[in-house]
Amino acid sequence: MSNKDDINPSTEAELVDQGFSKSDLADQGYSAAGEVGLIKARRTFRENIWRGLKSAPPTALFGLTIITIYVFFALFAPLLAPYGEAEIFDMSYAPWGEEFMFGTDQLGRDILSRLIYGARNTVGIAFVTTMIAFIIGGGLGITAAINNNGWLDNLLSRSVDVLMAIPSLIFALILLSMFGANTLNLIIIIAILDSTRVFRIARAVSLNVVVMDYVEAARLRGEKMFWILYREILPNIMPPLVAEFGLRFCFVFLTIAALSFLGVGIQPPTADWGSMVRETAGLIQFAEYDLTAAMTPMLPAAAIALLTVAVNFVVDWFLHKSSGLKD
Amino acid sequence: MSTERSGQKGDLLLEMKDIVIDGYSDDRWHEIVKGVDVTLRRGEIMGLIGESGAGKSTLGLAAMGFARPGCRITSGSIMFDGIDLMKVSEAERRALRGSRIAYVAQSAAASFNPAHQLIEQTVESTVRRGIKPEAEARADARKLYRDLQLPNPDSIGDRYPHQVSGGQLQRVMTAMAMSPRPDLIIFDEPTTALDVTTQVEVLASMRRIVEHYNTAAIYITHDLAVVAQMADVIKVLRYGETIEDAETRKMLAQPEKAYTRSLWSVRSIEKPEEESEDIVLKVDHVDASYTGSAKVLDDVTIEVPRGHTVAIVGESGSGKSTTARAITGLLPPTKGQVLFNGKPLPPLLKERSIDQLQKIQMIYQMADTAMNPRQTVRDIIGRPLEFYLGLRGRERDQRLLELLEMIELDETFIDRLPAELSGGQKQRICIARALAASPELIICDEVTSALDQIVQKGILELLLRLQRELGLTYIFITHDIATVKAISDQIVVMLEGRVVEQGMKSEILSPPYPEYTKLLLSSVPEMNPDWLTGLLAERERESSSNP
Repeated sequence: MSNKDDINPSTEAELVDQGFSKSDLADQGYSAAGEVGLIKARRTFRENIWRGLKSAPPTALFGLTIITIYVFFALFAPLLAPYGEAEIFDMSYAPWGEEFMFGTDQLGRDILSRLIYGARNTVGIAFVTTMIAFIIGGGLGITAAINNNGWLDNLLSRSVDVLMAIPSLIFALILLSMFGANTLNLIIIIAILDSTRVFRIARAVSLNVVVMDYVEAARLRGEKMFWILYREILPNIMPPLVAEFGLRFCFVFLTIAALSFLGVGIQPPTADWGSMVRETAGLIQFAEYDLTAAMTPMLPAAAIALLTVAVNFVVDWFLHKSSGLKD
Repeated sequence: MSTERSGQKGDLLLEMKDIVIDGYSDDRWHEIVKGVDVTLRRGEIMGLIGESGAGKSTLGLAAMGFARPGCRITSGSIMFDGIDLMKVSEAERRALRGSRIAYVAQSAAASFNPAHQLIEQTVESTVRRGIKPEAEARADARKLYRDLQLPNPDSIGDRYPHQVSGGQLQRVMTAMAMSPRPDLIIFDEPTTALDVTTQVEVLASMRRIVEHYNTAAIYITHDLAVVAQMADVIKVLRYGETIEDAETRKMLAQPEKAYTRSLWSVRSIEKPEEESEDIVLKVDHVDASYTGSAKVLDDVTIEVPRGHTVAIVGESGSGKSTTARAITGLLPPTKGQVLFNGKPLPPLLKERSIDQLQKIQMIYQMADTAMNPRQTVRDIIGRPLEFYLGLRGRERDQRLLELLEMIELDETFIDRLPAELSGGQKQRICIARALAASPELIICDEVTSALDQIVQKGILELLLRLQRELGLTYIFITHDIATVKAISDQIVVMLEGRVVEQGMKSEILSPPYPEYTKLLLSSVPEMNPDWLTGLLAERERESSSNP
């Protein structure tokens, strides 16, 4: 870390130490540029990240490690998986062993390979869905806040209330059966349903920023709505939104897994943790004969649980940091 | 008045020696207070004065043996009536606070619990510390309310904090501090948040009660005129060090250090007034109201001559800022219109052209909230250059540097964020942002009231110079008469949404005054230790002669 250009608030007092008498400084008259502000050390992006990581609690480091591993598997699935995700072997329900590390499923597909591909499908789809939910919900939420209590705010807020009044899992099930259960529909429907929650939080945090003088100054300047939204408000509400993104991602991810478990989520032959739990669930009753076989449905379930816990650890740390409770 | 206390007036009460206090920021400990001595005798009031960041509040809290979170007292000794506060346990220190040492905070509104009645909170520590039984403490609290000249002293304690005014709340807090009959009260900027007219009443009742019960006090403030009314001795602090220590009268008569003199520097600016017939902006019989509430502006007419300064004065709630909102189009008038260069401006912001917006710029009171904390100086000043003048790239940066030079800053500031600027620098950047639009009229809404005296002077001189060089017109909204004297040509006095009086500075500031103007002018503390006593005597005489 470089502290060379780090100017601390006692600089002027140090001038005093260097032989300028205090009254000398005052007699020189007032100079605006000479006034001392609290200047933070200039740090590069990499230094900031390194500082952040060093002060992170062990839970957050654990979460970050797990997430990194998941991302790694998702990106390099074809290289890491021993077989293809839809490759069928002539052995259904093969036991755990050397050829198939975690055995095969009812059609004879390798469980380990499907777990690895599942990271790509389940996590990838959840990520895309959450992104879309944030673009829709965040954009509309800030717009509503700028238009506070105007007709647009009321229209958007009441529509969101209506959507939120319907239990979301059931609503998603209905919509998916109406429009057909394919990946595109799944992404769009869950994104829209989840954007209502994002809308609420984006609107709430923006309301605190909209009343600031700098937003008024931008309006007096004659700035258009998009500028105010994107340049004046968004940078100031990023920390809570990023934290919310982590949490939302978990919920979306769990919803997709739940829908897949119910058979309307990600469709076969695409590997997916939720449907893998369902397909192999029957094995659990063989626990007294073959413990490892009974563990098979636990593996995708554990994959889901571990990622959820990891993301939550990281979000907790981030929320703590951004809430200003540093000391 | 006999006191039940053991000590006599003039005995040594508090002795702090070589106090060093550290504060933690940016991953390091910095010295905030660097070896300051304080000696206070019973019944004596000491004024602690200095700019923000001088360490005066930190030192005041240290007198209770307390350091705020993120601060620590690293060395020195604090002897309070024979007790070494640095040596005794935290529990023993805590037992002293709220019984023998009391503290009156700056913002009474933020310090009261809104869910409890005032009298409960007034007697709480007295009863908890077992100094008096509850009934006796309550009776005593009512007596204190009466001593402090609160209205309805017998029933005001039954109210909740939101049901009384700011000035009354500050006096209730003084009663709370007084309730256990402490030996020492620490007043931390108790009148800074109040209007001048309210400030006088609060100061008078505080001084009376402290004298009456022979209590010692430390009075922390940045306003030398206020401290002159209260204190027997004054200590001037800067950057955590003592600059000057003297008896009040002596310090005011012959301050030794140049820095001490600079504390009342705003009062030294003089601007000759000029008349002019060339009207740039006219507020023409404007009424305005917020939705669903009563009129906040009532038939306001103001004429602003080109190249001159019109100051709008009045206490909070008088409609000063609302007038600015009507001019800028944020609050469309319900009646009347605003004429700019003889042509009516559309009432709504949305209907105004870019050209009309460009010509009227605004500077805010709180430079902190007027700048986006995530934008650098380059973005903040550069945006109006792009937006109004279409300047880009090299051209824009060239103009940016010229603007920075105009406000006496240099190119090292160009990539700083607002958090890396001092209060005065922030306000200068806001001025540069307004200038960037090349406006004809700038509305300054209390632009100096959040700043220290010496910084205020710098900002006012800058504004005056810019007016001379660029022919700018200012509307200057303020409640500070010293500022008005320094900068204005014409004055508009407002009260309850109406214009009470307007005219040239010399007319308004010389008698005869309408009643309200007189109250406003006479309430501004003067740099004379006898001012408050004289003022109170005069008001007494007047109220007894015409009942």
